[in-house]
Amino acid sequence: MNLSLRVLAVATAVLIGVGFALVFFYVPNEADQGFIQKIFYLHVPLAVIALGGFVLAGIHAIRHLRTGDPVHDARAYVSIHTSVIFGVAVLITGAIWAKASWGRWWVWDEPTLVSFLIVFLLYATYYPLRYAIPDRERQGRYASVFAITAGAFVPLNFMAVRAAESLVHPRTFATADGGLTGKMWLTFLVCFAGMAALWWTLVRFELTAKRTSGQISRLRRALDGTAPAGGVAARIAPGATR
Amino acid sequence: MNAPPSTRAVIATLLGKDLRVELRTLQSVPAMVLFSTTIYVIFRFGLDRTELAGPLAAGVLLVTILFAALLAINRLFVAEREQGGFEAIRLAPVDGTALFFAKAAALVVYLVALEVVALPVFWLFFLDSGEGLLPLLPVLLLLDVAFAVTGALISPIATNSTARDLIGPLILLPLLVPPMIAASAAGQRVLAAAGPDYDRYGTWLGILGLYDLIFLLIGWAVFDFLLED
Amino acid sequence: MIALLAETPALPLDEAGEYVAAAYIVFVVLLVIYVGLMAAKLARISRDLEELATLAESKQQAASNEQREKVAS
Repeated sequence: MNLSLRVLAVATAVLIGVGFALVFFYVPNEADQGFIQKIFYLHVPLAVIALGGFVLAGIHAIRHLRTGDPVHDARAYVSIHTSVIFGVAVLITGAIWAKASWGRWWVWDEPTLVSFLIVFLLYATYYPLRYAIPDRERQGRYASVFAITAGAFVPLNFMAVRAAESLVHPRTFATADGGLTGKMWLTFLVCFAGMAALWWTLVRFELTAKRTSGQISRLRRALDGTAPAGGVAARIAPGATR
Repeated sequence: MNAPPSTRAVIATLLGKDLRVELRTLQSVPAMVLFSTTIYVIFRFGLDRTELAGPLAAGVLLVTILFAALLAINRLFVAEREQGGFEAIRLAPVDGTALFFAKAAALVVYLVALEVVALPVFWLFFLDSGEGLLPLLPVLLLLDVAFAVTGALISPIATNSTARDLIGPLILLPLLVPPMIAASAAGQRVLAAAGPDYDRYGTWLGILGLYDLIFLLIGWAVFDFLLED
Repeated sequence: MIALLAETPALPLDEAGEYVAAAYIVFVVLLVIYVGLMAAKLARISRDLEELATLAESKQQAASNEQREKVAS
């Protein structure tokens, strides 16, 4: 879909605004956890979207390997970048939730959070990997192999961690499965849509910025033959000059 | 010579070459064995234990094998990079994936060779009774395959990068968490002090097997792209 | 407006409310930081474009001056 960036940004703002309003003014407190449960509407959509972003990056990576077109590499890079940022938010809000629920900032009991940490640690290595390969084309190819491998790894990881949890210990975070009333579902879906729109907007935003930087480099080279002072970050990530 | 050799033949040739080189130069396996024995000693003092059972036993044993595997994985493609092995495979009229399978198979051989020594030493140092060791063998074998397949996939990436020895373990360790989880879960049960416990033994083997299969498929699908110039 | 205020839920001023607020505030702060970084990048892009536009114009000027000189001589 080729919605303009402006439309996307507006839609994001509206959805998130409405979503948060629903969280604080509309949806009733959940019976067990009380007011604390409201973090759920922030934390879970962020987490699901982040993971979806990682898997999507794997798909871009497949296209990159197949066609060799650096545009797909750019999309994979930005998808992973945005999902990692979302991941930071997931871990922080997860820690706040844990502290509010059990008085400790981190708990190993919640398999989903632990799985997410492992996935996050894996994707955090994406940057050192790209920095360590100076040749642009090879960098893109290896990064795509990584993105595909890591994308396939995500479901495996969740399965393994879930299995390792003792069957005695109950799943404490009520996720989208059990016990959500209609009002909760509505609120959750709106927040989810808002986060998805936010992810998409940020990705499009960053892709546009990258493309523009690339075009500036081309212009500069054409005009006076010098390469721009790009800084460290210019060494990694495709310029996507299209 | 007429038709290019079958992939199976290529794998066999590459594997044979690697094993012969290892036998002659003894670069990897003896180091791995020494390394693991020393780590046992460090654990003995680090944990202040002379006997291990259950989760501690599984933890010490599996982490030791993991680190020894990292040693071997780091060296796996060094010869290829330094002596043009990558170019040779690329130019030869054979399927580049054969290199992946051959290297993974070589790693399995090295790890099994390691365990032939490291397991009895572990028994000697730490175990009260050896009855947990037999049910541990299938777990270890599947874990070795997991190390081998993942290592053979990530090692060329690491070897061809500038931060060679850092990138390999950095990427590998998170990837190896699921098989380590499954192997530890099985291992701590069969090494329990009160005797082997087979609770969900099949589940753990299943997770290991699934992981091995998926990474084999991934390696088969993408390895060629790692060989390109 | 008064009616809206009357509608606002009684936020429990005990611990739970603080944590929920903290979580949502963290989210907003991260978002603002991201937007700020992007704004800085855009500013740099604008500056670069300005520079290049000036460079292009001066080259154009130089080219047309040369042209005029050739014609004159």
